[in-house]
Amino acid sequence: MKSHQALITLDKVSLSFKQTRALNKVDLSIYPNQILTCIGPNGSGKTSLARLILGLEKPTSGKIVRKPFTIGYMPQKLHIDPTLPLRVEDFLSIGLGPGEKLKNQVSSPIFLLIGINHLFQQSIHTLSGGEFQRVLLARALLRKPTLLVLDEPVQGVDVNGQIELYQLITQIQQEIHCAIFMISHDLHIVMAATHDVICLNHHVCCSGHPDLIKKHPEFLALFGAEAAKYLAIYAHDSEHNHTHD
Amino acid sequence: MIPSIITLTTNSRKKMTDFLLLTTLAGLGVAIVAGPLGTFVVWRRMAYFGDALAHGAFLGISMGVMLAIHPTIAVMVVCSAFAIILVGLQKQRLLASDTLLGILAHFSLAIGLLSISLQPPSSVDLMSLILGDLLTVIPSDLMWIGIIDIIVIAILIIYWRKFLAITIHEELAKVEGLAVTQIRLLLMVLIALVIAIALKIVGVLLITALLIIPAATARPFSKTPLQMAVFAGFISCLSVCVGLLVSYHYDLPLGPTIVVSNGCLFLISQLIPKRFD
Repeated sequence: MKSHQALITLDKVSLSFKQTRALNKVDLSIYPNQILTCIGPNGSGKTSLARLILGLEKPTSGKIVRKPFTIGYMPQKLHIDPTLPLRVEDFLSIGLGPGEKLKNQVSSPIFLLIGINHLFQQSIHTLSGGEFQRVLLARALLRKPTLLVLDEPVQGVDVNGQIELYQLITQIQQEIHCAIFMISHDLHIVMAATHDVICLNHHVCCSGHPDLIKKHPEFLALFGAEAAKYLAIYAHDSEHNHTHD
Repeated sequence: MIPSIITLTTNSRKKMTDFLLLTTLAGLGVAIVAGPLGTFVVWRRMAYFGDALAHGAFLGISMGVMLAIHPTIAVMVVCSAFAIILVGLQKQRLLASDTLLGILAHFSLAIGLLSISLQPPSSVDLMSLILGDLLTVIPSDLMWIGIIDIIVIAILIIYWRKFLAITIHEELAKVEGLAVTQIRLLLMVLIALVIAIALKIVGVLLITALLIIPAATARPFSKTPLQMAVFAGFISCLSVCVGLLVSYHYDLPLGPTIVVSNGCLFLISQLIPKRFD
């Protein structure tokens, strides 16, 4: 894919906060219809990268070229103060564009996929972890985004729920053909399911298809022990060579 | 010194009725905006901001006296400037908001006290400034209360969804295309305006109570943000009416009486079993 097709391109982008450098000369492009998952250890700059893509931070150096498009955002942590009485319906309505009505959206295939319509009258403070993440996802999708940025979308969800949620995200992507930039900790699911992976540790260690990433020395240095556990389970088809170079 | 209602003689009954009407309208005019706006003070944990602005109002009053302009205008200008300076200072992330607020609050309070001390002793009634004195309401005060009510209610209705959006999650709101800093500033200026008119009623010391108590009382009975704002406005008006009756009947200072009736309603609300959540 050529770079002029990219929705957003980061060109040698660095980001520093006071003394610490969060990101160092990151090159990255996100293309229409692409699912790109970002993995990396804690404090490796994953969320900073997401914030740059969202336009919440300005790069310290380097440049970001973006086409005009709508972004849907699912933040990592969303704590709603219990003093604020809020139903699911109210929370979603706040994310609507001017003049839009929630009623017109609830019967859409997306909302049926997400399956939260029965929760609309419920207080947002009483939702389970999985329900809450679905509501957040629905809010991110309200404006029909071209790019969806998901910061650890399955956190606070039990293991079965996590797999369901990842499946849901893939289904949604197939339905509305948006691009997805997703931050994830769940190495095993990421390596088994996503289209492209970027492995981040302040700089881009390696990027590409999971099969290529798995063999990359920097990836193995970062995730070696953990990767060994999962690769045995998920990448057992005979074409693959499991010896590490 | 302004005469209290009790000392008025019977032949001035008509005058007194006018006076009571003026007082009641002023009290309700403040309550009807303080309640709903107070919900945002509670949701956004800005109680200390309210307190700090009240200190800034002190400076406003003394400026008003010095420059011979209407005190409500002076307080509005100084409190709005306070909010703008605070938003500016918050851009640097080394000091927390409550530290910045404390600095601004006491700095402006001290300047206010100094400039009041430079005025002739009779020009500012410190006690009524601190404790409020609704009984000194004059028609021009009522006009200002009316103007500010219209502005605050109109902006609250127009910006309702945006104010809620930045209250829930500022960054999500920013990604969704809202000008978060400007909207936050607008909300702070609205609070500054309400403080400017509330000063007359309850005084510097008790202003925050007028903002946060009705909202806190309304919380257990509310299922949506809008309900909570409407209930808070209603509870706030109720407290003003109760406060007026009690203070008139027992010849008590009005500001504290209104706050006490607010506090009693809050305590009662805590005894009623919760309906929602």
